[in-house]
Amino acid sequence: MKPKLSVNIGKLKLNNPVMVASGTFGYAEELKDLVILKELGAIVTKTITLNPRRGNPPPRTCETPSGMLNSIGLENPGVENFLKEKLPFLKKSGVPIIISITSESGVEEFVKLARRLDGVKDISAIEINISCPNIRNDTKIPRCQGTRLIAQDPKATHEVVKAVRKATGKTLITKLSPNVTSIAEIAQAAEEAGSDALSLVNTLIGMSVDAGTRKPKIAAITAGLSGPAIRPVALRMCWEVYQKVKIPIIGMGGITDISSALEFFICGATAISVGTANFINPKTATEIISGLKEYLSENKINNMKEIIGDLKL
Amino acid sequence: MPQIKAKIVYNKKVKENYWCCVFNAPEVVKKASPGQFLNIRVEDKELLLRRPFSIHGIQGSGLGIIYEVLGKGTKYLSRRKPGEYLDIIGPLGNGFDYKTQGCQGTMVPVLVAGGMGVAPLFFLAEKLRENQNPKSKIQNVVLIGAKTKNHILCEKEFKAAGFDVRIATDDGSRGFKGYVSELLEKILSADLRHVQSASSKDAERSRGIYACGPKPMLKEICRISRKYGLSSQVSLEEHMACGIGACFGCVAETKEGYKRVCKDGPVFKADDLIW
Repeated sequence: MKPKLSVNIGKLKLNNPVMVASGTFGYAEELKDLVILKELGAIVTKTITLNPRRGNPPPRTCETPSGMLNSIGLENPGVENFLKEKLPFLKKSGVPIIISITSESGVEEFVKLARRLDGVKDISAIEINISCPNIRNDTKIPRCQGTRLIAQDPKATHEVVKAVRKATGKTLITKLSPNVTSIAEIAQAAEEAGSDALSLVNTLIGMSVDAGTRKPKIAAITAGLSGPAIRPVALRMCWEVYQKVKIPIIGMGGITDISSALEFFICGATAISVGTANFINPKTATEIISGLKEYLSENKINNMKEIIGDLKL
Repeated sequence: MPQIKAKIVYNKKVKENYWCCVFNAPEVVKKASPGQFLNIRVEDKELLLRRPFSIHGIQGSGLGIIYEVLGKGTKYLSRRKPGEYLDIIGPLGNGFDYKTQGCQGTMVPVLVAGGMGVAPLFFLAEKLRENQNPKSKIQNVVLIGAKTKNHILCEKEFKAAGFDVRIATDDGSRGFKGYVSELLEKILSADLRHVQSASSKDAERSRGIYACGPKPMLKEICRISRKYGLSSQVSLEEHMACGIGACFGCVAETKEGYKRVCKDGPVFKADDLIW
């Protein structure tokens, strides 16, 4: 018997629980020669803002032990150009498209974006990125100015999620930051405000310095750490959140293969996202899907849901 | 641009710290154009990202790169033996425009290589020669810059391809003493005097510059190119994360804003770059 891989994220039904994470898969067209797109559970786009955004000065990335730092600064063409130039290809991929959005100003911009996208039928869900560590929030949101992220404050998280919730009937996913004291507290705030699901985690804030020149390796000085280096932290957070919320978790952080994907399912993730590994082996996500089928068959598990949160204690 | 497993057929030190690796990659060879690059996986737990290398040359179904062993990634590569396989994505990026520029008799191609910058330029040299009318009297020129006489790469190969080879070394141990960009400017100012004093048709031909090398050198090439009103193309070297345009990590500033070195480049028109 074929094991059942499909899962639900809010109103969205995924054929399988393996997605590709925002910012690591461009707008999918860049990877069309390397990945059979239609096999993916879903594609999450690079984050879009209302207006085109230039991003941060280079250098924007550097490699670190078992990981990498990035401070791209959300370079993107803005929502209207995205809809005109990027969405047509994404639509053709035949898999659910989850659009990641963020605001360069305040709550109002989130609402405007959500309203604009609400009527676009080719978009399956909206992920609100309230956890990008590489932009300055000159927002009007109290407690979230300067380098403080919305996802670092439960009240601000609640306020943003609630406002976006009112603006769209689409499945709403909130992306959380690991740069917090208690991620479960923020997760609960998002759940209470009406988020359908949670993506966790975004990158950990880090630094790297060239000892020879004494210059930071990233122009923006601080940057987001991703890759296998952060996996144990991400996994712990997945488990913590799983125990405190009822909505589905999309787990991510250093997943590179089937065994690391399974760790997240076992710690409570309903779906997982492949991020940095897309750069190393673009076929990582599709290989995990095959690996998952094999794992379930070998262990005589009929439905993938049986392993979600099944941590043996 | 396929992702393939390519079998190594040759991997040896050329001189100093420079190595040459050749592997069998017919799918890549078919599509490869000078200035394009390959993104090679380093199968190491700690080193995560692929490493980009310019395509140095092709022969049959074989494809060659040259590299300098500087860090852990290139050290890993230098330890690979013939018979082993490399995980390669390529060819990637936009290469040199050599068909509409430089070999149609309206321009004299001048290749300017600094250090490892010879890597893509040798492949270009071969293509320029292939595309050139055998009766053409144009003398292709390459300027090779190196630290010392021991660091000069591909001199023989360029000569065999019919190029007039000029050398610049930082320490003056061979050829012109100084940077290769200074040598270029010296040649161009001599051209200018020639044009002013003569009316020969050859002198009316402008030069088309193709350059690759370290950033300060390319910045100089762009300045010189503007000063002399030349048409120039430069290939930028940059650390990359994805290599395929997905992550927006390797951008360069241009007249039209940031452009991705891996996808929109690595070759750019000198006039478009902002330094």
